Amino acid sequence: MFQKVFSSFQSLFNSSYDWIPTYTSQTSHQLDPSTSQLFAGKLLLRQDIPLDEQDFQALCTMDYFQPVQAIVKHQFRFTCRRCGNNKKTLFSEIPCSRCHQRHVYCRKCIEMGRVLACEPLYVWTGPTAEWERQETPCTWQGSLTNSQQQASDRITKAMVNGNEELMVWAVCGAGKTEMLFEGIAAAIAQGKRVCLATPRADVVRELLPRFQASFPETTMDGLYGGSEDKRGTAQLILATTHQLIRYAHAFDVVIIDEIDAFPYHGDPSLPFVTNRAAKRDASMIYLTATPRKQQKSRVQANKLATVFVPVRFHGHPLPAPKLHLCFSLQKQLKAAQLPEALLKWYRKRVNPKRQLLIFVPTIELAEKIVPTLAEKLSISSITSVHSSDPERETKVQQLRHKEIFVLVTTTILERGVTFPSVDVVVLDAGHRVFDEAALVQIAGRAGRSPDDPTGEVIFFHDGRTNAMVEAVQSIKAMNKKGRTVK
Amino acid sequence: MKCLWCEDEISMDITWVNVFFPEPPKKLCPSCEPDLEPLKDSLCHRCSRKSDTSVCPDCERWEHHPMWKGVLSFNRSVFSYNSTLQGMIAKWKYRGDYVLREAFQEVSRTTFKQTFQQIAKEAILVPIPLSEERLYERGFNQAEAIADLLGHPFQQKLERIDGGKQSKKSRKDRITSENPFRVEGSINKPVILIDDIYTTGITVRHAAIRLKEVGCPTVYSFTLAR
Repeated sequence: MFQKVFSSFQSLFNSSYDWIPTYTSQTSHQLDPSTSQLFAGKLLLRQDIPLDEQDFQALCTMDYFQPVQAIVKHQFRFTCRRCGNNKKTLFSEIPCSRCHQRHVYCRKCIEMGRVLACEPLYVWTGPTAEWERQETPCTWQGSLTNSQQQASDRITKAMVNGNEELMVWAVCGAGKTEMLFEGIAAAIAQGKRVCLATPRADVVRELLPRFQASFPETTMDGLYGGSEDKRGTAQLILATTHQLIRYAHAFDVVIIDEIDAFPYHGDPSLPFVTNRAAKRDASMIYLTATPRKQQKSRVQANKLATVFVPVRFHGHPLPAPKLHLCFSLQKQLKAAQLPEALLKWYRKRVNPKRQLLIFVPTIELAEKIVPTLAEKLSISSITSVHSSDPERETKVQQLRHKEIFVLVTTTILERGVTFPSVDVVVLDAGHRVFDEAALVQIAGRAGRSPDDPTGEVIFFHDGRTNAMVEAVQSIKAMNKKGRTVK
Repeated sequence: MKCLWCEDEISMDITWVNVFFPEPPKKLCPSCEPDLEPLKDSLCHRCSRKSDTSVCPDCERWEHHPMWKGVLSFNRSVFSYNSTLQGMIAKWKYRGDYVLREAFQEVSRTTFKQTFQQIAKEAILVPIPLSEERLYERGFNQAEAIADLLGHPFQQKLERIDGGKQSKKSRKDRITSENPFRVEGSINKPVILIDDIYTTGITVRHAAIRLKEVGCPTVYSFTLAR
């Protein structure tokens, strides 16, 4: 009894993947190799397996598919093995008309097909999938900066060796994608299967054509909510992290983009599924510009190998934010008024042609402040954007094409988006949504283009917070590191 | 408690009133709850949709048709089928998140009571059945799940023969389609049919025709959404 409670408690903190069968069936049977590729490394519900009952049963009797219990009961709670959910409120009971009993189902991953306690998940244990070994799969012709090249070499080594963890700590705008190409090419040459997981679907959509152009002969799938092809049977998979819910011990190389970003950082399911998607001897590559405490302390304790890329691809330093104190900021913003300092700064900007990106803490404020800004700065092409804005994509495009001059945004545009020439303003930078990582990312929006590699970043606040101080320190520290590399 | 829809924590103010007279726990948070619109005031008497006239044009059409005239006494629905409810029903019924039905319980019960208090004493509640195939796919029958919420006993008197999804058809297809229901035995009590959504009203009328054929005197219907 004691032991049971203890092991239940323990499993809350250490997720084990021992339950995934690794046994490869010995039955010799002619099987189309594409079937192995279709199911290898997958963890599927029966309804996700596109086979009729007869074929499916035949594969089961040969032990090519093995069932595993989908929801496990611990002493006081359940765990869904597909999404790793173990929160009580995210399990519920259903009087099931398949098994005519009342049992639990998982509410957390229900959008990807319901996991019922009465039905198993299936794991492929048949012949392992063989992937093509191309000698030179990468046709990308560009060149890397010194600093990028160093990181690229280190990444390649980790991917080729296997069984390694590596964090790539690269500033915003360092050119992370290009640094990966050499390593991915080397892994593909070894016949390895590679996955790049990123928090957002727009990134998958943006990266897919770039990878297709650079790896023309490699099979490739882009998976995200709403993507057309969801089979995910290719050698190189670009996916949002959520899509890895259907994989178990599938990849030899897993690259996790923006490991500190919100969904990955805030949802315990996502580390659970990405770690499960990796094979036991896989290489894990973490990309980040702003690592969290957890990763930083692992780096400091020498438990996580790290490679730094402290300069941007165009070689210019990151613009360091300026802090500006405004005493009655809260009051003014509440009344939809602007601090005098903002107007003063705006009139004296270094380069008045640059577009303006204004970050505010709440959706409400974003909408409220637009008319005031339009009037005070006498600008007509101004609008606001937030996470539940249906026109979000178009507005971002409009800013890129210079159809909008000023965009007021919540933190949704803090990462991943690139505008060639902007100045960045944060209003009420002391608000709790602006943590250190957010502020560093926000500052990283300025000076992205080699044609205009600088930009002004200014934080208006009514009291310095640790987050602001740390953000400025961390940017300055990276710039210092950058000077020594060059 | 957490909100069933947005997963936010629901905080309750503790007052002297609810210390001594505890309220049933809320299922939706204060920001999600107002998104559900209970149907009340100026409704069509026959189908309970929002209407300026006492009988809406759709119901006029039903009642002028010789075959459908008087088949259904009236329908009562609980909520307007707005975008929030569409999202909730989709997740509940198609994704199969069974527990979401609890978000509808309180208002459904009071609406049912107000409308059918007298009738329900002698009437039988009959949920609209699903075909076997569809029942297996969903894992539960949504109409039974609603009937079960109301706290009245219900009986499955009907059987469904076809498996077609109503939501995939146009109005014309639905009205001219064949009657998918079958009844066994005879019924001599009034029946309140229970379903999730009343769209054109053809499903409950098909069921009502079959019930009347075996002797049922009057048929009403009660649905979650209109």
